[in-house]
Amino acid sequence: MLADKDRIFTNLYGVHDWRLAGARARGAWDNTKALIERGHDAIIEEMKKSGLRGRGGAGFPTGLKWSFMPKEVKDRPHYLIVNADESEPGTCKDRDIMRHDPHLLVEGCLVAGFAMRAHAGYIYVRGEFYNEAQNLMAAIREAYDAGLLGKNACGSGWDFDLYVHRGAGAYICGEETALLESLEGKKGMPRLKPPFPAGSGLYGCPSTVNNVESIAVAPTILRRGAAWFAGIGRPNNTGTKLFCISGHVNKPCNVEEEMGIPLREVIERHAGGVRGGWDNLLAVIPGGASVPLLPKSICDTVLMDFDSLRDQKTGLGTAAVIVMDKSTDVVKAIARLSQFYKHESCGQCTPCREGTGWMWRVMERMVLGNARIEEIDALEDVTRQVEGHTICALGDAAAWPIQGLIRHFRPEMERRIRARTEKLAAE
Amino acid sequence: MSMITADPKDVPHVEHFAFTPDNLAKAEALMANYPPGRQASAVIGVLDLAQRQQGWLPRVAMNEVAKLLDMAPIRVYEIATFYTMFQLKPRGKYLLQVCTTTPCWLRGSDAVMKACQHAADGETFSVQEVECLGGCVNAPVVQINDDFYEDLDEASINKVLDAFRRGETPKAGPQVDRQTSAPEGGLTTLRSE
Repeated sequence: MLADKDRIFTNLYGVHDWRLAGARARGAWDNTKALIERGHDAIIEEMKKSGLRGRGGAGFPTGLKWSFMPKEVKDRPHYLIVNADESEPGTCKDRDIMRHDPHLLVEGCLVAGFAMRAHAGYIYVRGEFYNEAQNLMAAIREAYDAGLLGKNACGSGWDFDLYVHRGAGAYICGEETALLESLEGKKGMPRLKPPFPAGSGLYGCPSTVNNVESIAVAPTILRRGAAWFAGIGRPNNTGTKLFCISGHVNKPCNVEEEMGIPLREVIERHAGGVRGGWDNLLAVIPGGASVPLLPKSICDTVLMDFDSLRDQKTGLGTAAVIVMDKSTDVVKAIARLSQFYKHESCGQCTPCREGTGWMWRVMERMVLGNARIEEIDALEDVTRQVEGHTICALGDAAAWPIQGLIRHFRPEMERRIRARTEKLAAE
Repeated sequence: MSMITADPKDVPHVEHFAFTPDNLAKAEALMANYPPGRQASAVIGVLDLAQRQQGWLPRVAMNEVAKLLDMAPIRVYEIATFYTMFQLKPRGKYLLQVCTTTPCWLRGSDAVMKACQHAADGETFSVQEVECLGGCVNAPVVQINDDFYEDLDEASINKVLDAFRRGETPKAGPQVDRQTSAPEGGLTTLRSE
C-alpha cells in the first residue's frame, strides 16, 4: 500500500483548510520560482522521465504531450487548457481536487503553462460543479493577491494569467477538441484531427489540453523528482493515481493509491469490500463507463494500471471502479450506459448519432430477452460499425461496454431470450 | 442525441429582458477573460447569468445576450439548446436534477427518482432526469439548484425535500455520517497528518 508520505493529494477529503494558508502548510507553492528557473525544456524532460501518463483516460505520456508545443512563440500565443469537464460515469476525482486542494491545480497550471511557453490558461469546469468552480476561483484570486499568478508570477519573471470557464452540461465537452469549440463559444462538437491542438487549438493557436489530475501532480513530481514518481507503480505505469470506487461496495470512496495495485486490494482495503463478500461479486467496470466490464474471474487477479487492463481487453480509463454484485441486472446496467451515450452523442457523425440510439433500443430489448439469438451477433456487428468510424472516441466509448457485455455475459443474454421465447410458447 | 426543446405552449410570452446593473458588470467581467474580439467565448457564462436573473431563458434574454456579445441570435439559440443546463421554460423554485446513470442506479436512484417525481409540482419543485453528475462515490446524487445532495435513499431525499418545503436550506453533501468522499466509518489513508 502507498504510504501517506508518498501521497500527493493530502487534503483529498477536505478535512483540512483548502485555502492558500492550508495549501502552503501542506507544501504547495514552496519556492515555485526555483521550479520555473529550471527552464522550459528541463521541466518537460523531468515530466517525461517521471513516466506520468495522462489521467483523463487515454493515458498519453504527459511530458511528451507538452513537448509537442512549438519551441518558440511566434505570432500566435500559446494556451494551456485544463479539462475539468469530469463527466465519465463513475468518475469524481477532479471534483475533490478542485474543492479540497485547488492550489495544487493552480500551481500546476503555472508550472505547466510556463513549460509550454503559455502566458494564459483556461480551466474548463463542468457546469454542474458550481461550488467546486467557486473554490477554484477563490484559490486563483488568492494566488493573484499573493503575487503567485499574474505579472512576474512567483517572482519568476514569467507572466501567467489563469481563468475558470464554466460549461453547461455536455459530456462531449470532455473530448479535447469539443472542449476547445465550447471554449470558443460554440456547440461542443469535436474537430477533425489533424490539425492537433498543439499546432492549432484554441482560437487557432498552439494549445495543450490536460486533465486536472495530470496538471495537479506536476509540481510535486518536479519537487520530489522524476525518480521518486517513477519508483511508484510498475514500469510504463508509474506513480500514484486517484481511484473512485462506486457501486456495490460497503464503503464507496475516492482514494489515492499506487498504480498497479490489485483491483481486489483497492476494493477490500479502502472501500470496505464487495457487498456480501468477494464471492458475491459479479463484474467490475474498471475505468469508467467507456471501458468494457470484467467478470469476477478476471477481477480476482487483475492489476489496476494501463497495460494490465489493456491486456484484458479493457482499460484503466479514469480509474473509476464501478462494482456490481450478484444481485445486479448486468444487461440493464450496460443498457443504461447505452442510454447515456445516446443522450450525449453530439449528433455530428452518422454512425454515432444513429448507432447510439439503435444500440440503446436493441439493448433495452436484450434486457427483456425480447430478441432473437442472432440479434446478439447483429448488435456486436453494429458496435464494430460504429467503433473507429467517427470523428471522436464517443462512438468507441458507446461500443466498448456492449462488446464487453457480449464477450463475458453472452450466456446470460441468450438465457433471457430463450426464457422469454419459452414463456411465450407456453402461453 | 439530446436536443433540448420546449413546447411553445409551455413557454410564456416575455416582452422584455434587460440585465440588472450588477449582472451586466458580471457579464463584462466574464467577457474580459478572453482576448479582444473573442467575447463569444463568454456565451455560456452570460447565458447562465441571464438564467439566474430570470429563472429560465426566454427568447428575449437570448437576444439580449446575442446583442451584448455581438453574436448572431441563432448562434446563441444553438448554445441554449445544446447544453442541458439551460432551461427553455419556467421551472419550479427548486430544480431537482436526479442522476440515474449506472453508478447511481446501482445504489438505488430509482427510489430517489420516484420520491422526486412525487414531490414535483412545477412550482416549488421541478424534476429532471440527468446523466452522470460526477459524484459517483456518493451515489445516489441529486443536484438541487447549485448544490449536490449525496448518499441518498427514499427517506433522506424526502427529509431534504420537506426541509425545502419549510423554507429551510438543508445541509448539502452526504446525507449519511461521512466526510465528503472518504469511506464511511473512518479514513483508510491520510491518517498521519
